[in-house]
Amino acid sequence: MTVIVEQTELGENPLVEGLERLPVHPTALVIFGATGDLAHRKLLPALYNLAHEGALPERFDLIGVARSEQSHEQFQADARESIERFSRTKPDPDVLRGLLANTRYVPGSFDQDSVYEGLERTLREFEEQAGHGLNRIFYLSTAPQFFPLIAGKLGAAGLREVEHADTRIVIEKPFGYDLASARKLNAEVLDVFEEEQVYRIDHYLGKETVQNLMALRFSNALFEPVWNRNFIDNVQITAAEDIGIEGRAGYYEGAGALRDLVQNHMLQLLSLLAMEPPAAFEANRLRDEKLKVLEAIVPPAPADVNSMAVRAQYAAGVSGGVSVPGYREEEGVAPDSRTETYAALRLHVSNWRWAGVPFYLRTGKRLSKKVTEIAVTLKPVPHLAFQSTGSVGVQANQIILTVQPDEGVSVSLGAKIPGPRMRIRPVNMEFRYGTSFLSQSPEAYERLILDAMRGDATLFTRNDEIEALWGIIDPILTAWHEDTTSEIPQYPSGSAGPVDAEALLQGRQWRRL
Amino acid sequence: MSEDVWAAQDTNPDAIETALRELIRERHAANEALAPARVLNLVVIVEREWKGEIANRLEGVGRYQASRTVLCAVEDNRTTLDAVAVMTYDEPSGSIGVMREQVEIDVGPEHLRNLDTIVDPVIAPELPTVLWSPHGHDEAVQSLLHMIDVMLVDSDGLLDPATAAVRAKQLLEHAYVVDLAWLRTTPWRERLASAWDLPDRRQVLARIAELTVRHHPGSRASAMLLTGWMCSRLGWEPARLRPNNGGGGMCGSARRDGHEVTIALEPIDQESPGLGGVTVTGELGFSLSLDRATGGLCARERSRDGEERVWQVLGASRGEGGILGEGVRQALLRDPTYGPALDAAQRFCPS
Repeated sequence: MTVIVEQTELGENPLVEGLERLPVHPTALVIFGATGDLAHRKLLPALYNLAHEGALPERFDLIGVARSEQSHEQFQADARESIERFSRTKPDPDVLRGLLANTRYVPGSFDQDSVYEGLERTLREFEEQAGHGLNRIFYLSTAPQFFPLIAGKLGAAGLREVEHADTRIVIEKPFGYDLASARKLNAEVLDVFEEEQVYRIDHYLGKETVQNLMALRFSNALFEPVWNRNFIDNVQITAAEDIGIEGRAGYYEGAGALRDLVQNHMLQLLSLLAMEPPAAFEANRLRDEKLKVLEAIVPPAPADVNSMAVRAQYAAGVSGGVSVPGYREEEGVAPDSRTETYAALRLHVSNWRWAGVPFYLRTGKRLSKKVTEIAVTLKPVPHLAFQSTGSVGVQANQIILTVQPDEGVSVSLGAKIPGPRMRIRPVNMEFRYGTSFLSQSPEAYERLILDAMRGDATLFTRNDEIEALWGIIDPILTAWHEDTTSEIPQYPSGSAGPVDAEALLQGRQWRRL
Repeated sequence: MSEDVWAAQDTNPDAIETALRELIRERHAANEALAPARVLNLVVIVEREWKGEIANRLEGVGRYQASRTVLCAVEDNRTTLDAVAVMTYDEPSGSIGVMREQVEIDVGPEHLRNLDTIVDPVIAPELPTVLWSPHGHDEAVQSLLHMIDVMLVDSDGLLDPATAAVRAKQLLEHAYVVDLAWLRTTPWRERLASAWDLPDRRQVLARIAELTVRHHPGSRASAMLLTGWMCSRLGWEPARLRPNNGGGGMCGSARRDGHEVTIALEPIDQESPGLGGVTVTGELGFSLSLDRATGGLCARERSRDGEERVWQVLGASRGEGGILGEGVRQALLRDPTYGPALDAAQRFCPS
């Protein structure tokens, strides 16, 4: 029999071996902005699902903080309604009741000292009930202008640390508005908290397919030999949406496609795709490698922006058979708005592995289809012995990683068309999560909240990483902001995007949406 | 959910396999977005009269359905094969939809000795194959052992835990074993691991004096496996348990660094199979109890100075359908702690 007991003296928990679900220290989670859309659509249902599966710590307490004056009971009732509406599993009434029984609400503006006093009191009550220190997680699900205020107030109220337990702060996106504001926000947050306590969330990193990108690259000998400038011709990263701004003009007018998707999600995908293999799947090692990629992307000079970046807005058109208005006709959008609903970039990772390989990124609203994917196109074979008469011929191999809607990977190969002649056409080898795994992918927020509770920052963005991300797009934002006269190209709703974006590809073609 | 059906009497494995291929080909030709699930094969051997009940249990596993299920129903006096192949699919909601295949083959006792020659041609090649034979049929199991990857068993299903342990160990020599009795202990193992993860409690872990496991009367194997897991993880030396004054309970002890850990397995009146509660008591008076309750577990902690705290640990019951589904899912994973726990459990068993 294996004797494990010695390990207890070393502080290891011998009971953990072999378990899928690792222990989480008893935790009190505080959601700032608890009455907001994100909290009700994503965070509360994610917490319920973790409770349902028995993944929450043995003691879990939840505190909602928001401006509206309401009682604990009212907040609990609203939370129940949201969970029943948005949870991916049908709520078990007893589990839901148990979760809500340990839920409290603290009302007030985020600048009021009374909010933090109330918070401190409630946390102490929970800790007294537990008989020991609870880890504290402050989840900032508020408008971004409140991030520094809340961090500062938490520090001033003495809530940045607690004896015998850990304190962490989770900050939603957007983390900053540009490079300068991101630096300022980092400085303000890090003035109160240590970097190890800060969890900057990008929910894309919690998606199974995004994590599978690393599994695909680093657990298969098949790909690594070709994963470089010698074999890869170009990479296209697409995040296309078929919907418009859906009534979010207030947010979107100030953000635009570049800030909304490129600065965070799409550059994260690029860094995971291009990074060197980390020595271990551990937070800082992984983030070190991602950072090296981001630092190898040379930000464009102002004069180069127009040749490497394209912006556009959707015009009126037909989407899904329905006539839809153009962006400038949307409610809340200025008729002369210059906010881009489409952005496409050509970037280069200037290092030994990737020199000369263009990375094309495009994102847009009201495009013909909803799809998020990475397409890696290999160089064509050096010599072709087959004639292409009567067939589409040999095409370069592509490796397609689909993040949504149908998560999976496909590899295109040339294959012989059955018949007496040697004719070739591309065929696909497909892997789909839906056909290859039994379990449902958990929601990204479930994974990320659990990781934050466990103190695993691997899938969160570090301070230097966030500044490197902003550093890449800041010159583009500046150039676009300073250009107040040129026409913003328009593309019809329901189309594949603006014609101007073709020019970025230098003779190549965008993958069909 | 839609389905395509093929059926034949007095048929053969080749015809069944051809029919399956044709069902897939036709459905894919009609809708290219439909693709066959390719995760694992599940082969089930049942008494024909219980076929409906087992089919219902398999239906209860929900999203953990195998890609291809081959159910062999054994019927007395049958000498020929009758078969029904059903392909189920959901119309695609995104760009793909998933097809799954279920084959029911009525076989006779004569077929069992060489059941592999019937099943092998019918399973989807290249996929892991799981075998579940809830009604015994050892002859058929022996015939299939060389071609399966995983054996699904339920040690709670056998009246005598000693026999169950011996059987599971024998099977482990041929295939990876997923034991439903072990899976019934999963939430308890997770919660115990979590409970002892707290630094203050961790110190008690090396000084446990008593372990009591409460269980459904039919789930003594689960109780023994949980106890065996504690032994194997904590380096306790198990000794044979003895009946505890009637009532179906067992008691005994294990040795830990020259100290004795008192062990009791107590059957309790509860509806669901599996465990009902666990109490761990330390040498210095600390104790922690976890008991089945609505919406999860009721935790009761008594400190060294006698102070008591009670709270709810959240979690929904998976039910027996969930346990079987988890069994199918676990066929794709490997748990390194089951074997050592089984070894220890076997040493607890009265001869």
